[in-house]
Amino acid sequence: MKQRSVGLKAVSLLSMLFLYGPIVVLVLYSFNAAHLSMAWRGATLKWYAALVHDEALLAATANSLFIALVSTIGATGLGGLIALGMEQMSHRRQQLLEGSLVLPLVIPEVMMGVALMLLFVMFKMPLGLTTVILGHIVFNIPLVTIMIRTRLRKLDPLLREAAADLGADSWQVFRYVSLPLLRPAIWGAVLVAFTVSLDDFLVTFFTAGPGATTLPLKVYSMIKSGVTPEINALSALLLVVSMMCVAGSLYLQRREV
Amino acid sequence: MPSDDVSRSSPSVRASCRSCWLAAPGLLWMALFFLVPLLLVFAISFASRGTYGGIVWEFTWANYLDLLHPLYGKILGQSLWYATLTTAICFVLGFPLAYVIARSPARWQPVLLLLVMLPFWTNFLVRTYAWMIMLRHDGLANNLLLALGLIAEPLELLYTPTAVVIGLVYGYLPFMVLPLYVAVERLDPVLVEAAWDLYASRWAVFTRVVVPLTMPGIVGGCILVFIPSIGSFITPDLLGGARSMMIGNLIQHEYLVVRDWPLGSAVSFVLMAIVMAAVFVYYRQASSADGPLEGR
Repeated sequence: MKQRSVGLKAVSLLSMLFLYGPIVVLVLYSFNAAHLSMAWRGATLKWYAALVHDEALLAATANSLFIALVSTIGATGLGGLIALGMEQMSHRRQQLLEGSLVLPLVIPEVMMGVALMLLFVMFKMPLGLTTVILGHIVFNIPLVTIMIRTRLRKLDPLLREAAADLGADSWQVFRYVSLPLLRPAIWGAVLVAFTVSLDDFLVTFFTAGPGATTLPLKVYSMIKSGVTPEINALSALLLVVSMMCVAGSLYLQRREV
Repeated sequence: MPSDDVSRSSPSVRASCRSCWLAAPGLLWMALFFLVPLLLVFAISFASRGTYGGIVWEFTWANYLDLLHPLYGKILGQSLWYATLTTAICFVLGFPLAYVIARSPARWQPVLLLLVMLPFWTNFLVRTYAWMIMLRHDGLANNLLLALGLIAEPLELLYTPTAVVIGLVYGYLPFMVLPLYVAVERLDPVLVEAAWDLYASRWAVFTRVVVPLTMPGIVGGCILVFIPSIGSFITPDLLGGARSMMIGNLIQHEYLVVRDWPLGSAVSFVLMAIVMAAVFVYYRQASSADGPLEGR
């Protein structure tokens, strides 16, 4: 078996190189002193320093963080409540809801973007931070619901029944039994929702108006207007931030009850 | 709704479902900001465009008939082609990777899977941008090919269909690896050994033992790659040229540039129909997965 799998291992190694190569190259070049060429001209931090002095970029970062924060709170609340509410529903209803909640995750994001834009324009809602937040909550609700439901299903129903037998009412069962057990899943969902919101481009692209430029929108317009070393530095930073958020979320979800 | 306080003692058999109402606000939100907008797009796809870009509410099939125009047909056709090619390449790259991960020591498997998934969780724009740097005229890809002596002068890679497919494969390869990993992990190595012992050729082992037994994972992975590929916007927008436009770019173009909302809506629904067909295939194979092979 050993010799037979050498070929497979070689292809796997190449695939891994393929996955990480571009990311590594991007991060390396964010330290390259050369302005336009790809040739290496020594290491520098000046592109990172330039980012700090870019007012528009800082404003976009503030917008992104604000949108991510508000939409995460909204989606975690609404999505978590859906997960809890689904618990007591009939099996058929649960399946129906589960199926419908997958829909927002599979339909092309460009379609979700134009649909929301149409809604806002037709109902005369000015496009801005508010519309972006409304949209981000839409794609984050299913993510939160699915993650919290996964954990809810793993909970031992006996724990809740025991609490109820000991005289706890349904609020007390939730507050003192379910909630503490769900906490890691909730924080995991918060981190995922925050990351997805922070990274979203398409829904934001269609629902943001003037003054609601987010970091991804800014990155997009920078890329469109020409490749510069600043984008490399900004991209490298974004890579590191989202990887940290995901690592945190996975850590929280994997933790034993 | 009748209230029954007796049910408090056993929350799991409560007949009237008061806690079900907890789901109401979230579901209302989804109805308002997801379902209603989609229905709006659907309705508009049968309306016509006003002289200055607005909407005239007169029922017509014209938008869908317009899509038969060769120009739109070409974009639709090449979108399907890029997505199919992406799916095939992802399978060729993803299968060995999934196989190796599933057959590696148990404690390494979660780490390796995490390594495959990690790039997926980073910003898509940034990942696509990374390929713009790789595929530039003086980029790493060309330098590498020149150094290896495979080409005499730099290729034009960026802004071509090749770049689009590379970008799509890069973006969605993890979606192929995960379901394949699950399928290979369930595949009993003894069956593969038996085939070798019976002097099956390498190809026969793969096509007659491994592929049939991992079919659910193969179908799942292919559809999970196909769906986002066919609906992609960023990849063809950044890596493709004017002639490698995909459906997503056409939608954006009709909505924001031409401002022909009815036509854009019709294109959206054609895209949605393709995606729904793929989702249908996915669920059908998932529900038939409990066949004889699974019952081992």
